[in-house]
Amino acid sequence: MADQATRQLRVWRGDAAGGGLADYTVPVHEGEVVLDVLHRLQATQANDLAIRWNCKAGKCGSCSAEINGRPKLLCMTRLSALPRRPVTITPLRTYPGIRDLVTDVSANYGWALHVPSFSPPEDLKPGGYRMDQADIDRSQEFRQCIECWLCQDVCHVIRDHDDNKPTYAGPRYFIRHAELDMHPLDTGDRRQALREEHGLGLCNITKCCTEVCPAGIKITDNAIIPMKERSADQRYDPLGRVLRSWRHREGRPPAG
Amino acid sequence: MTIRTAKASGIRSPGRAAIAARTLRADRWWAYPATTFTVLLAFVGYAAYAAVVNRDYYAAPYLSPFYSPCLSYHCGMVAGSAGAPHLGWFGTWWIVTPAVIILIFPLGFRLTCYYYRKAYYRSWWLSPPGCAVPEPRHRYTGETRFPLIGQNVHRYFFYAALAFNVILTWDAIAAFDFGGHIGIGAGTGVLVINAVLLWLYSLSCHACRHVVGGRINHFSKHPVRYKAWTFVSRLNPYHANFAWASLVWVALTDLYIRLVASGVIHDPRVF
Repeated sequence: MADQATRQLRVWRGDAAGGGLADYTVPVHEGEVVLDVLHRLQATQANDLAIRWNCKAGKCGSCSAEINGRPKLLCMTRLSALPRRPVTITPLRTYPGIRDLVTDVSANYGWALHVPSFSPPEDLKPGGYRMDQADIDRSQEFRQCIECWLCQDVCHVIRDHDDNKPTYAGPRYFIRHAELDMHPLDTGDRRQALREEHGLGLCNITKCCTEVCPAGIKITDNAIIPMKERSADQRYDPLGRVLRSWRHREGRPPAG
Repeated sequence: MTIRTAKASGIRSPGRAAIAARTLRADRWWAYPATTFTVLLAFVGYAAYAAVVNRDYYAAPYLSPFYSPCLSYHCGMVAGSAGAPHLGWFGTWWIVTPAVIILIFPLGFRLTCYYYRKAYYRSWWLSPPGCAVPEPRHRYTGETRFPLIGQNVHRYFFYAALAFNVILTWDAIAAFDFGGHIGIGAGTGVLVINAVLLWLYSLSCHACRHVVGGRINHFSKHPVRYKAWTFVSRLNPYHANFAWASLVWVALTDLYIRLVASGVIHDPRVF
């Protein structure tokens, strides 16, 4: 029988008080993802290793971590796709640690409470929603979000600057705003809140959120930049505002 | 008692995993900012030279894009510009070159471009230098304050860029006119490619995408604008490619015309 293949792992072990990278050698099989190997490590060598996971199919967003310094889902990263050197696995470095690879991401749920929900016209009852597919394509892209928080983790606005955390909702909530603002039946105007309370202006569109999104959502191009442009419509485009107010003067139908 | 210092911020903040390394990335994350920094620096250096040297920008029928439209009487009066068309809005008393007068528009369009913002924030400001690589500064206000809040006027530069594209397209058409006879030289091809790349760069722009239809919510009620938005949306993913290609080509176009105008090379004619 041939020698079984192994990989060197360097896994963060610790909590909010401290810790360190621990080295392990773990048997691996062809086609395995990092989560498979961590489960084997947990079963054979480190029974108390804390990992958050659930679906193992890239759909629940639970097993977010940083692999060789890059935010990724543990269940969607094949070992064979990583360089042959030791694989370093750490928790999300933007959030406080709870234990080992598990972090406290509850701040995100706090932001969720601050995004105004879908607001259809008051006279439109459930069952009466009608729209073309073309009207809803953009919003549906953003519904693919699995809330893994990788975009939030990689965003330097809060990763590198704690002081921005109270005023910056982050990419996940920018796409939530975009999803609703572009919805043909939503009556809310989210631009001012997005700009003044949720920190859209802090984003400098360096596209890291798009690079790490496991759902393939074009966060920057399809949500953040369009919302920056919509915000500019309202706040930074006086000529456009005059033109649009003339076009939509009394007696003319709205364009939206 | 733990005293929180300026260094204990960001990834070193209390409570986060106390990993000593600033980044654990072992790939070549520095390649993008290093390359971008180098290419942009080279372009800025060349553009500054070309804009202030004020000579060798016209070799009939080719006019350098750096000097078009030529608004000053300077055009035609300096070496390597004989016969250059000009509008004569500015006299020879004007202290800057014809290129410097118009440079603000294409420069402003590229400076406020959503793609170039990513490029220079990462490579010049290191904000951040790479994804999950810490930036060196402790303070960050993004685009919320002067001067970076001015990035929001990108659409106005986009409108100006469209006017410049029309002018540079006219220059490309004029490059077929060899003293009243239609002809094609190598410079004709250079100018045509320049105009095509500039149109592709402008039409793939995010502000263009918003203006043509992105701001509306009921696409089904605006089929023409929806088609326009769909067309721009197909170009938009290649915006960065067009940005680089048009940037490099506009410099090469100026260089080619400069070499022809100064007599260093001869412009080969197809017919």
